[in-house]
Amino acid sequence: MARTVGFFTDTTLCIGCKACEVACKEWNQLPGHAPRFGDGYDNTGQLDDQNWRHVQFHERTTTNAIIRTEFDTVYIQPEVCNGCRDCIAACPYHVIGFDETTGLARKCTFCYDRLQANLTPACAKACPTESIKFGDLGTMRDVAALRLNQLRGQGMSEARLYGDKEYGGLHALFLLTDKPEAYGLPKTEDAVLPSRNNVRGYLGMLVTAVLGMVGAVFAFRDRGGSE
Amino acid sequence: MVQHFAAPPQWEWYIVWYFFLGGLAGGAYALGAILRLMGDRRDAPLARLAFLVSLPALALCPILLTLDLGRPLRFWHMLIDARTLAPSFKYWSPMSVGAWALVIFSVFAFVSFLEALGLTGRLLSGGFGGLFTAVGALCGLFLAGYTGVLLSVSNQPLWSDTWALGGLFLASALSVATASLALLARLGAVPDRVEHKLWRADRVFIVLELVLLAVFLVSLGTVGSRFLEPRWLALWALVLAGTVVPLALRLGARGRGPAVLACLLVLVGGLALRVVVIFSAQL
Repeated sequence: MARTVGFFTDTTLCIGCKACEVACKEWNQLPGHAPRFGDGYDNTGQLDDQNWRHVQFHERTTTNAIIRTEFDTVYIQPEVCNGCRDCIAACPYHVIGFDETTGLARKCTFCYDRLQANLTPACAKACPTESIKFGDLGTMRDVAALRLNQLRGQGMSEARLYGDKEYGGLHALFLLTDKPEAYGLPKTEDAVLPSRNNVRGYLGMLVTAVLGMVGAVFAFRDRGGSE
Repeated sequence: MVQHFAAPPQWEWYIVWYFFLGGLAGGAYALGAILRLMGDRRDAPLARLAFLVSLPALALCPILLTLDLGRPLRFWHMLIDARTLAPSFKYWSPMSVGAWALVIFSVFAFVSFLEALGLTGRLLSGGFGGLFTAVGALCGLFLAGYTGVLLSVSNQPLWSDTWALGGLFLASALSVATASLALLARLGAVPDRVEHKLWRADRVFIVLELVLLAVFLVSLGTVGSRFLEPRWLALWALVLAGTVVPLALRLGARGRGPAVLACLLVLVGGLALRVVVIFSAQL
């Protein structure tokens, strides 16, 4: 693994200029969407720079399309994905979307091609207020902790960090000034995996199968043979 | 309740019909297996009918699933790792397990279909045939129910807030399969005793389905209030019409008309159940 990278997005510095969104779409050659009212606090629309890195998640994909790169980032291989959209149903952050043009699931790549060329992802590069910071994950953690202390010292008691504990660490830290749900992020205790429902789901099915089959055996039994 | 912000996966009509037909195929096979393994010679025509229904319903399933993909030609990526070309199986992903179940069950459904046509010679006679049919029935039951588990193993509202969907879809699938067999048996002018057998079985399945419907709604708690919108209430009315009304009809009236109506209602109700569960979480 080359290095472990991460984002730190300081929402208190965001001015909503959308330079990051433009830079992202330009670099990655993505079509823009029609302007909408209420595009979100950080103007990237759907928190595109979020990165759910939990190992069970990318192992979940049936096609093995989602991998961990040498930068410890999560990446959907467009040549492997077949557009089944199971990952979209699973992602609690609305990070993965379906690309109607290509028929594939799509998420932030961390500008994988730029990382390989030792460049900063386009959004962080374009951000004029350095609201989006990018670097080694350890450095990002330190920067985030410093900034949190600074804001708390200034009396902003609602300031908090998000993304270091959830799902074993998202590799995308957010400095928020309200509860996570207000930003469309699940509470830390709600950061649970879909596979939590496997056992009880199959158990319910198993009990039903047994009851149904026993019932059918009795129903199909002849009662005196002349009914 | 866990609160997530997952986007809808846009699983729509192809998936609705897959859930319905997969349930019919798996349920019919299981019924056929019980008749073949536990019944006598007089049950043989109905068992044959069940296997003859199972395969055609199943044959549509992979077509529907493939059409639903963003890249249909890559359907095989569900089973084979596209990079290593090694088989890929993930027990914790119902989609992976289900894809394999579909492949494996289709072998059973195909061979039993040939047997029903009298084309297998002595292959399935004796102990091996019994074992083969029993294992096929287990695969069929899995196919009929896992689709509910697949929905639950997600972070979607409603689907992931309950554990009852696997059982609910299975009970409904058994009911749908029974009603389909009863309808087709009528076309072939079957004896009354066959009709009665099917009805006794469907009564069990409908009661099971009603219990699971209650469990489903209770397990959802306040999340289930989403169903109070008129569009979902209308679909729930169809679901009830496909369960309660057939029960009442068959208790009160005899004869051809009510029997056919009861069967048709079961089919419509089974479809409506899948429509309301699939769409209500996504719209």
